[in-house]
Amino acid sequence: MTDNTSGVSAGTERTAQGTRDVPVFSPTTDIHETADALIVTVEMPGIDKDGVNVALEQRELTIAGHCRPFVPDGFALTHAEYREGDFERSFTLSDAIDGSAIQASMKDGILTLTLPKAKPEPSKTINVTAG
Amino acid sequence: MVRYSPGTALWSDPLSTLRRIQEEMNRGVGGSRWHATTEFPPLNVWRGEGGVLVTAEVPGVSIDDIELTVHQNTLTIKGKSVPDGNVPEESFHRRERHYGPFGRTIALPYGVDSDGVKATTNNGILTIELPRPETEKPKRIEITQG
Repeated sequence: MTDNTSGVSAGTERTAQGTRDVPVFSPTTDIHETADALIVTVEMPGIDKDGVNVALEQRELTIAGHCRPFVPDGFALTHAEYREGDFERSFTLSDAIDGSAIQASMKDGILTLTLPKAKPEPSKTINVTAG
Repeated sequence: MVRYSPGTALWSDPLSTLRRIQEEMNRGVGGSRWHATTEFPPLNVWRGEGGVLVTAEVPGVSIDDIELTVHQNTLTIKGKSVPDGNVPEESFHRRERHYGPFGRTIALPYGVDSDGVKATTNNGILTIELPRPETEKPKRIEITQG
């Protein structure tokens, strides 16, 4: 399992910025393996499920979340310990994944992806014929 | 990293907070999502005429696992973050998330009527509304000529 955003630890901002005027963070992620799937859980507090994009191309899994900034009417921010922003991270998966059977769900700001491993191709016997 | 102790400093003027944020960004440590604390959960505090709003990032924490206490001008947030299911250690490829109990206590600028406090969670953000009681609102004093 390779983190393609190497050198960037979770929770840090990347310099690459889109057209949106919000920072982009690398989300905190757990990945574990079961007998038939990889389970990826990604912390994306403040992100609505409609703001999440997941893409798998070959073995590269890209996860993105777009935030809608919280701006309470009539209030001013007086003390800040966290910043809002978009999330983006990509991984190269070590196992072949059945891309058609990926499941994604969002609960309490956690994105959970179930990536079923691709069934291995049945082995073929090659008959050697005498020339 | 500057550790920011909540308490009276929390209510220093908003401009100093903004300045501090700007300083941190300029210093280049502003790349972090979390500003001045390693305490969990990280809090943002908003102030308005009608009261105070506290928001906290609590991804993966169910509202049933959060306990709020308001006593006079003190707000305490307690809870626990529990992993989903029991995953054996050796099956992890990558492990960055943390679990366990947490707690924060902050001083509010005024005493709060606990009956008026409302708390909700949405997408891993806890929002606590702390309305300012009428008795705590500033009153205009008429000055009469003697």
